[in-house]
Amino acid sequence: MAKKFSQEHEWVEYEDGVATVGITDYAQQSLGDIVYVELPEVGKKLTKDGDAAVVESVKAASDVYAPLDGVVVEANEELDDNPALVNEAPESDGWFFRMELSDESQLDELMDEAAYKDFVEGL
Amino acid sequence: MRYLPLTKADRVSMLETIGAKSVDELYSDVPEGALLSEPVDLPHHLGELQVERDMAKLAAKNMGTASVPSFLGAGAYRHHVPATVDYIIQRGEFLTAYTPYQPEIAQGTLQYLFEFQTQVASITGMDVANASMWDGATSCAEAVLMACRATRRKKAVLSGGLHPHYREVTETYCQYSDTEVAGRDGHPEKQATADELDDLIDDQTACVVVQYPDVFGRIQDHTKLADACHAKGALLIVVFTEAMAFGAIKSPGSFGADIVCGEGQSIGNNLNYGGPYVGLFATTSKLVRQMPGRLCGETVDQDGKRGFVLTLSTREQHIRREKATSNICTNSGLCSLAFTVHMSLLGEDGYRGVAMLNHETACKTADAIDAVPGAEVVNDSFFNEFTVKLAKPAAEVVEALVGKGILGGVPLSRLYPNRDDLGNYLLVAATETNTDEDIADFASALKEVLA
Amino acid sequence: MSFTTHTGNRGLVLEEKLIFEQGEPGRTGVDLPKPAGIKSRLGGLDRDSDVGLPGLSEPQVVRHFTRLSQKNFGIDSGFFPLGSCTMKHNPRLNEKVARMPGLADLHPMQPESTVQGALELIDSCAHWLLVLTGMPAVSMSPAAGAQGELCGMMAIRAALDARGENRRRVLVPESAHGTNPATAAACGFTVDSIPATEDGRVDLAAFEAKLGDDVAGIMLTNPNTCGLFERDVRKIADLVHAAGGYFYCDGANFNAIVGRVRPADLGIDAMHINLHKTFSTPHGGGGPGSGPVVFSDALAPFAPIPYVVRKGEKFHLVETAEEQDGKKPFGRLKGFHGQMGMFIRALSYMKSHGADGLRQASGDAVLNANYLLARLKDKLSVAFPGYCMHEALFDDDFLKDTGVSTLDLAKAIIDEGFHPMTMYFPLVVHGALLIEPTETETKESIDQFCDAVLALVAKAESGDAEFFKNAPYLTPRRRLDETAAARKPVLRWMPESA
Repeated sequence: MAKKFSQEHEWVEYEDGVATVGITDYAQQSLGDIVYVELPEVGKKLTKDGDAAVVESVKAASDVYAPLDGVVVEANEELDDNPALVNEAPESDGWFFRMELSDESQLDELMDEAAYKDFVEGL
Repeated sequence: MRYLPLTKADRVSMLETIGAKSVDELYSDVPEGALLSEPVDLPHHLGELQVERDMAKLAAKNMGTASVPSFLGAGAYRHHVPATVDYIIQRGEFLTAYTPYQPEIAQGTLQYLFEFQTQVASITGMDVANASMWDGATSCAEAVLMACRATRRKKAVLSGGLHPHYREVTETYCQYSDTEVAGRDGHPEKQATADELDDLIDDQTACVVVQYPDVFGRIQDHTKLADACHAKGALLIVVFTEAMAFGAIKSPGSFGADIVCGEGQSIGNNLNYGGPYVGLFATTSKLVRQMPGRLCGETVDQDGKRGFVLTLSTREQHIRREKATSNICTNSGLCSLAFTVHMSLLGEDGYRGVAMLNHETACKTADAIDAVPGAEVVNDSFFNEFTVKLAKPAAEVVEALVGKGILGGVPLSRLYPNRDDLGNYLLVAATETNTDEDIADFASALKEVLA
Repeated sequence: MSFTTHTGNRGLVLEEKLIFEQGEPGRTGVDLPKPAGIKSRLGGLDRDSDVGLPGLSEPQVVRHFTRLSQKNFGIDSGFFPLGSCTMKHNPRLNEKVARMPGLADLHPMQPESTVQGALELIDSCAHWLLVLTGMPAVSMSPAAGAQGELCGMMAIRAALDARGENRRRVLVPESAHGTNPATAAACGFTVDSIPATEDGRVDLAAFEAKLGDDVAGIMLTNPNTCGLFERDVRKIADLVHAAGGYFYCDGANFNAIVGRVRPADLGIDAMHINLHKTFSTPHGGGGPGSGPVVFSDALAPFAPIPYVVRKGEKFHLVETAEEQDGKKPFGRLKGFHGQMGMFIRALSYMKSHGADGLRQASGDAVLNANYLLARLKDKLSVAFPGYCMHEALFDDDFLKDTGVSTLDLAKAIIDEGFHPMTMYFPLVVHGALLIEPTETETKESIDQFCDAVLALVAKAESGDAEFFKNAPYLTPRRRLDETAAARKPVLRWMPESA
């Protein structure tokens, strides 16, 4: 399924009942060099728009919100050793976590790529 | 006025440039009636000579520990501080610098902080240490809050061997953050064991806090307690009040402690009637991002040369605001420099040598006191401080000793004002500054007082 | 002329290794009596492994730290206009008296009868602070400004608890220093941000709209972090009191008004005083500070232990919550009785200046800042119109289209031999430059600084952005890679083999 996007600059890719979540290329560019990512524990219950992760650059720490309700099933441990992946490949290898969704219909509330592009241009 | 360089002519020409008629005009935003037109009701300025004389008068009303035999401890210790330490910390480039926000012109501060962090990590046996905290008690409180963050739990278990002021500060810091503080009362003659705290550790426990050596001076192995904590997913915090001790005894890191923190005053710093002191704070690599306070890290500059910067600062309040790990901004900069310089002078041989010297002096003192009728040393083990059971209330004995020109220890009743059962116990510390003559004077004075 | 040297040293700028890279076993910087070798009583926990400390002789240690000191910029070195930090001259007399026998060698647990002079000194320092603020009570124990904030907010929390009220919302202006929200959160409060007006003050209407019966109080810095006096401060006090809340004032900028405005006359309930800013105790490379808190009658009973009381001719230290005299202390903040070493220095400073000198000092601080503002305002973009207090705030509008950032300009200022101003704070101003000259600076040094800044601005406008991007050029180290430091933190020295 094609990527969906939130207004908080997260992307979601939903496949076989599991959603992969990361931050967008636009988000990583605004943050600058990422130095650390604090990921949620596996098993943690997330609520849409609630705190899910923290991404740190040298000068800022930003909260990453859960784009959907669900439970974390995997966190990208690669980021522990190599947070630069978020800068290098934000929308692929630099993913943050995977979650099982409680309500798939919430996906419909997110933007598609074209809508997100318009949204970013309007900022 | 010697600190103010502006002349009358300067002021006039500056006001002209500004376009204001008077300095008062610059205060025009102050509400009606709140701007004073005259100096407040306090004495007017004085020259250096007069100020020094006034301050000397106040100093003369005190009995300084350097002027009499002194055996005071309980969290602050008098040691010999080499002359080099005070010379270095009074260099203006250190004394009058600020937090190293501009690393290009603060490599001096940054490099010594890196050395300080390495020294603290080394003596505590931990992976990493921060650039210092305010004092031992606040370090302890911050350690408990850190354990709560790291474990996402809300209960702290404090050992009865923890300094009561450290307990009070920790309780104060926890009281408004829904953190439960549990624990047991300590007693110098009831041996605290790992089992003492075992039944208090549960699935909600963030940490257990023990002091090593404990407030009564006893030295215990906490390996079992560390295991008990880890089995329940809790952290073990080891607190200390005498940083000199780790030259003689095993480091808390060797027990498997997760956080080690305490007071660094006894290395490089004067007693200063209780402050400023320097909190030491060390932890494991795994927990480093949960650690409060400033951290200095190694990096390279634009030309590839090694240099140092403040790092991981996103944890701090100026970026995270209400989500910060702690509200602490500064460290104890100059006190940590004093620590670093003293530690550098000591080195491996000096640190371990002066620690053994402390222990031997304390052993001699303990033997001398034990020989006094009506006084009994209750410790089986100690470093440079131990508890004595007296035949009379300790506070009265201490007061009587003052009359004989001796500062003879800290009565437990001062630390535990509500504990009637501790009224006859006296905490006695001896360091390398105490001579054989001091010890003999103390013992004979004590004999007279107890007779 | 640029060339490299064999040693890497450049004249007086000497490269210096870590002490850990210089040690040799067997060397030491202290001479100690040999231990007698008695049987230890260490509970069987005798240290059985090396600590890992390097051995250095005294001359090596002296040289090491002297060389390090030469890589530092302090107030003693030159102009240090770091906004909101009040980097004024630190008199050496203060250092001398703090080291006097009978003061420096006092143990915190000595019997009261042996420390009457020390208690009198604390009481005397407290008296000066009370008269200067007009307030009825002060807690001397907080270790620093941030702990002073904690002290004030805990007293507010305790007072609310005593009233049986569950107010949890604290109003904080968006220009506030980050410690304010961090402190409020540590006391179990939630933070509600108040917007600023276009002239850099609290938006009174927005503030009033946020008041309610769940509001615990307001934390307001005055003079504020934009260097401006809050004109409506009395109205703010009245409104927050009428709503049942308290007024915490962040006293970080007290230096602007000492001896001229008493915070008590503005309606505050609590305010911390940074002795290391206003009262000249040294900043020491980041501490130790000291942050006494003055209280109104409403909050005074909740001040923490310990505190000094006068009983006839004698001074007494109250160390337990039980010995309350009707007071309800919220707890204890520090191991012992506060930063005594800083009280001595602050008192020495206050006595030196006297009531007349302190008033002159604040006036000169404000005069210097306004002079600097007047000299720079045509070329730099002033953040807010009107006179400033003790510091002048600019935004980075004047750098627009030059390709030079506030940071770049600051780094070029370093090469000119000044410590840069505070940058990027307060956050309400884009690319902020906050400049605080203090009263101990001469007109000549302010002129020299302004001339240098104006020359740099002209250079930036001439299109030489590349020059700024690579500044500083003349420092012991040039720009440091903070990203690398944060990605893979190296926080201690490790031996090669490890």
